[in-house]
Amino acid sequence: MGSFAYVAPKSVAEVTGLLSEIAGSGSRAQIMAGGTDVLVQLKTVDRSARTLVDIKGLPETARLEIGESETYIGAAIPSAVLNENADLTALFPGLTEAADLIGSTQIQGRASIGGNLCNSSPAGDSIPALIANGAVCVIAGTGGERVLPVEDFVTGVGRNALADDEFLLGLKIPNPGPRTGDAYLRFIPRTEMDIAVAGCGVRLDLDEQGICTAARVGIGAVAPTALLVPKAAEALIGTAVDDAALAAAADACSEAASPISDKRGTVAFRRKIIGVLMKRAGAIARDRAAARS
Amino acid sequence: MAEATEFKAIGTRPVRPDGVDKVTGRAQFGADLNLPNMLYGKVLRSPHAHARIRRIDLDAARAMPGVHAVVSGADFPGAQHGEIGGEGGGDVADVAKNVMARDKVLYHGHPLAAVAATSQAIAEAALAAIEVEYEVLTPVLDLEAAMAPDAVLVNENCFTKNLPEPAEKPSNIASVMTLARGNVDEGFELADVIVEGEYRIPMAHQGYIEPHACTATVNESGQATVWTCTQGHFALRTQTANILDMSVADLKFIASEIGGGFGGKTVVYLEPVAVMLSTQARRPVKMVMSREEVFRASGPAAGSCAKIRVGAKKDGTITAATAWLAYEAGAFEGAPMGPGAMCVFAPYDLENFRVEGFDVLVNKPKVAAYRAPGAPQSMHAMESALDDLARELNMDPIDLRLKNAVAEGSQAAYGPKFPAIGFRECLEAAKAHPNYQKPVPEGAGRGVAAGFWFNAGMESSAEVHINEDGTVQIIEGSPDIGGSRASMALMAAETLGVPYEKIRVLVGDTEASGFNNVTGGSRTTFATGMAVIQACEDIIAQCKDRAAKTWGVDADQVEWEDGQAIPAPGVNAELKPLTLAEIMKTAARTGGPILGRAALNARGPGAGFSVNFGDLKVDRETGKVDVLSFTAIQDAGKAIHPAYVEGQMQGGAVQGLGWALNEEYIFDGNGVLENPGFLDYRIPVASDMPMIDTQIIEVPNPSHPFGVRGVGETPIVAPLAVAANAVRDAIGRRVHDLPLSPPNVLAAIEEG
Ligand SMILES: Cc1cc2nc3c(=O)[nH]c(=O)nc-3n(C[C@H](O)[C@H](O)[C@H](O)COP(=O)(O)OP(=O)(O)OC[C@H]3O[C@@H](n4cnc5c(N)ncnc54)[C@H](O)[C@@H]3O)c2cc1C
Repeated sequence: MGSFAYVAPKSVAEVTGLLSEIAGSGSRAQIMAGGTDVLVQLKTVDRSARTLVDIKGLPETARLEIGESETYIGAAIPSAVLNENADLTALFPGLTEAADLIGSTQIQGRASIGGNLCNSSPAGDSIPALIANGAVCVIAGTGGERVLPVEDFVTGVGRNALADDEFLLGLKIPNPGPRTGDAYLRFIPRTEMDIAVAGCGVRLDLDEQGICTAARVGIGAVAPTALLVPKAAEALIGTAVDDAALAAAADACSEAASPISDKRGTVAFRRKIIGVLMKRAGAIARDRAAARS
Repeated sequence: MAEATEFKAIGTRPVRPDGVDKVTGRAQFGADLNLPNMLYGKVLRSPHAHARIRRIDLDAARAMPGVHAVVSGADFPGAQHGEIGGEGGGDVADVAKNVMARDKVLYHGHPLAAVAATSQAIAEAALAAIEVEYEVLTPVLDLEAAMAPDAVLVNENCFTKNLPEPAEKPSNIASVMTLARGNVDEGFELADVIVEGEYRIPMAHQGYIEPHACTATVNESGQATVWTCTQGHFALRTQTANILDMSVADLKFIASEIGGGFGGKTVVYLEPVAVMLSTQARRPVKMVMSREEVFRASGPAAGSCAKIRVGAKKDGTITAATAWLAYEAGAFEGAPMGPGAMCVFAPYDLENFRVEGFDVLVNKPKVAAYRAPGAPQSMHAMESALDDLARELNMDPIDLRLKNAVAEGSQAAYGPKFPAIGFRECLEAAKAHPNYQKPVPEGAGRGVAAGFWFNAGMESSAEVHINEDGTVQIIEGSPDIGGSRASMALMAAETLGVPYEKIRVLVGDTEASGFNNVTGGSRTTFATGMAVIQACEDIIAQCKDRAAKTWGVDADQVEWEDGQAIPAPGVNAELKPLTLAEIMKTAARTGGPILGRAALNARGPGAGFSVNFGDLKVDRETGKVDVLSFTAIQDAGKAIHPAYVEGQMQGGAVQGLGWALNEEYIFDGNGVLENPGFLDYRIPVASDMPMIDTQIIEVPNPSHPFGVRGVGETPIVAPLAVAANAVRDAIGRRVHDLPLSPPNVLAAIEEG
């Protein structure tokens, strides 16, 4: 385990102040939410000295609020809290299923979707589901707050758009309409405790005739960052989300993917799988949307 | 074989004596020991799979504050050749070099120096300060390429053993063996149908949960005490003595509780290094491997390539079979090619067969035993071929095996005549099993396969002490991995006629117990159990003597029944039975304390057979395989503690299925293991597996007083082919190579 200092500020200003001060001094600060990535990395990947800035104690990162038109999820809320909130799982079953896939029961007692996003792994499970749901990041810095769509947040493997003095406060997600459904599926060789070989989130709106009027598709683990796939959405919009439309969306996902061959799967395998996941997640989202009305 | 069939203790399922401490966290495992003034030992490991060590400079590391010992190969005695000791341990010189490289490093992760320091951080910094100059050589990584005559050599001094003519030039083939009977050419002529196939299986790891760990302390007179997690502290003591050129009397080994071994904890890795470091530092040294070190540098199971050909008549009678079996030994000779070759046809009564085996060096870690070493690899091939044969013949796969099954009196392919065995009984039980009668679920396939393992006997010792209140203390020296303390207590309870609750079992250290070979080869319940039974019989004889003295009769006028001495029929019927407690009350007057003992080399372990079948579902779009149901049927001879026999069957099934489905060592082109952790080395998680249904068959082993056969290893053998045969059934194509991971299965589906 690398050596580290630990601070737990009580306000947003204190956090951003600390971040800029430590960065200015040439030392290293790192935000910690649940710590389920941070501690593993500190033990095995990068043991360089740092100050861990725990943000779990801030009201802004711990707040969960289901509003009229949008829902705010504080960045540090453990996924277990999300999965156990019946109102939230009713609104965003796909997103909360993604949160429910992270690790195990024990891990979920700590792991946050804010941390999942900021860790910025290509395989982070919540990211495609957040992208599909049109989630927007609320970012705090010394100069105040700004917002950024999730699909623009991650910039590379383990890299994101946060400046040295910035951190993620929370996520804003537009609430579903009367016939909206979302879904997230990932592929792993086992049933749990594994890392996504591919992941796909879908959210779509149906009209009263069951025709798709809006759709968003996010894919993960098949490119350096999770991606929004507009072509997959286009393939669904205007259709009844039937097999042909799903197959076209699947092809769009396979095309958008730029995977690598590694110990977890070959390029061909991942391209194929992301399409399969698109079809299956799309069908679930469609059925959920239809069931809601 | 005892005529008694009505047992009182045997066959019951009491809680294991070590259970409560294990579930409450009180039990002491390998890394749990801490001593005053203890140092932390760490190993410098090779970053290359194959390289010559040009120079090692330890000075900077030695000079660091907090560093108390630094050693490299040069500090170890010159290793002489000889048997290392223990089960299949290999040559002393090889194990010595595996523990600490001398002139060459032979796999990525091979130790070449070690340090002991006051903290782990200082020890790591000291490792970083060691300067090594390497001449990097081309690594030998592919099994079949390694066998080619012009291949790069792992060891320039390796000349193939067992060739008809002595080898003239060195080779990566360390040894060969042939096993044959009859005339295979004529046999194939008689065949109506011939099937053949080539099967490759990558290296796999036992995946024990507890990493290797030990603590050593050496005093000023050179006497060492070593605490270690091992399957055999006596064997590790012998090995350490041989490697360090020490007297066995100067080494005391204490076995901690053990978090799994499966064969992988029968050889030394850290122990001689810890003793060397402690000798130099004059302080205790603790060494604990990380999971990554366990994967990279302990002993996985051999990777293999098997080519099988089987011919049969229309009625299923096998007329001839051949097997070509190559195993990866890793960096030093000693792949389980022999047992693999001896097992491949063992379940079948064949007139004509030929088996060729090859033990092949590659620049990968030196392999170690893994449950039934060698058998899963070769029998996967044979049992897959039989599945193909059953399809060709349009025969039920169990009927095909019944047609050819060995029985009592059959000459085993590996030599001896089988005494009473339970293979046919297992096959018949499988056929009649309700799970076999059920239709195969939609989208799934069913696979059937048989398993076999010889089982081992070997040396065991036991003492039984009767406490002053008549309770019983057993002292033996076989580390308890699968519940053997409970089994020992049950066999003692049965023999003495004393309740299980009154018996305690100590796994004694090397100074407290007589010699016991490793807990391996499925031998402990059989062999150490036999020693315990004999020691209890010794107790009974002495107790009868004491009762005779008390009663003033001859010893042959006393009998032993239900834990009491009773007068023989016709002797003075007025005499009241004497319990153990009563005998002990007067023991001081009748001759002093009572202690029974036995030491033996157990013969006739009794071959273990199994039949397994399962229904596996394949997702045709992703290639993912789910195990829907799995049934393991096995001959245990006599199940002393049935729950622990079932536990062995279930655990073996899960390990075999894991090996079949997703486990594999993935090396990059430089011989660096790419998945040295449980995230990407995928053993099954609990939710991957259904309940494994079990059925214990009991065909008593005539060589054991209660009929026991070993049960620990056979369970892992059949599941590999069960999985492969079920996937074959589900997708209509055979995937020859393991693992049946999603990319491999999907590729096969898409080819078809
Ligand atoms: C056993 C195990 C299993 C796992 N399984 C999965 C899985 O199935 N799927 C999956 O996607 N992940 C998995 N993970 C990874 C991890 O649990 C998730 O990524 C988790 O969501 C991280 O959340 P956290 O709150 O613990 O983040 P932390 O570890 O606290 O932080 C993660 C990273 O984000 C940064 N960070 C956190 N919060 C903020 C913030 N508000 N602003 C700026 N930066 C921030 C940290 O500095 C760090 O770099 C697993 C981890 C473990 C140990």
